[in-house]
Amino acid sequence: MKLRTLLLCCGLLFAGAAMAKEAAPMAADLEVEKRMVAISEELRCLVCQNESLSGSHAELAQDLRREIRKMIADGKTDKEILDFMVERYGDFVRYRPPMKPTTWLLWGGPFLLLAGGVGALILFLRRRARDNAAPVLSEEERRRAAALLDQTKP
Amino acid sequence: MKRFLIPLGVFIVLVIFLAVGLTLNPRDVPSPLKDKPAPAFTLPQLAAADKSFSPADMKGQVWLFNVWASWCVSCRQEHPLLVSFAKDGKVPVVGLNYKDQGVDAKNWLAKFGDPYLLSAVDADGRVGIDYGVYGVPETYVIDKAGVIRLKHTGPITPESLQKQILPLVAELSK
Repeated sequence: MKLRTLLLCCGLLFAGAAMAKEAAPMAADLEVEKRMVAISEELRCLVCQNESLSGSHAELAQDLRREIRKMIADGKTDKEILDFMVERYGDFVRYRPPMKPTTWLLWGGPFLLLAGGVGALILFLRRRARDNAAPVLSEEERRRAAALLDQTKP
Repeated sequence: MKRFLIPLGVFIVLVIFLAVGLTLNPRDVPSPLKDKPAPAFTLPQLAAADKSFSPADMKGQVWLFNVWASWCVSCRQEHPLLVSFAKDGKVPVVGLNYKDQGVDAKNWLAKFGDPYLLSAVDADGRVGIDYGVYGVPETYVIDKAGVIRLKHTGPITPESLQKQILPLVAELSK
């Protein structure tokens, strides 16, 4: 009984080791994998649009990662691979779309909003400063004020 | 009174922006393939594996290229529309059976009707990648010169058929 348990434990131990070995990538693959991950982090998964291609479990993402691996193996440069994706899925596939007339608003929009906000703030502060400035009294008002102050004296 | 007008105006503009944003379809990503030649490929046909199909075979006529799969739920939704469209016989519809099992695909067509002139088999989805497919079903309108004139992502609705596809097909067929 004891021996059997021991054997089973040994078996389980080795089973784990065997599986681990199967999953271990080779050195060359590691290089390819690293580049693949770097590239696919730049790309959007179009199936689940808020995920990157590297993080997505969608089937299309797996296919595209396979395609990227293949292109890396074929000696394609990163730019060629990005161009391949953009040709098929458009600029939307890139998390950092290129600067061009159709994306100017996208890139410049936040700065436009910032400029608008700063402008509104300056306007608001100026108006408040003007409204809070010490009121200038006319001669008549000064006399009335003085009279009121004199009244309250004991 | 005036001091409330400006925030109210800003609020209304914001609401309009959000309302428009909500009605937009996030899947409706402009395809870079529009007005580009349909990518070439040669794939076996679903009904007869010994015969092949390539887009060049359709040169000289306007045709629809519909990406479908038996596992795709939305395909079932648009299918009756395609079947009735194909019955009119105005333009041929070619299918791309995307990442599917041959048996499943054939059963599916037998069950729901076959609107396709033929279906090309894209078992590993490689041709789908060339066509920028990411949400089956997708439909392409391809003109006589073999140029993609429209890419419709997602199921065709009676509305998109009437307003987009049919007028374009009529114009291209002239």
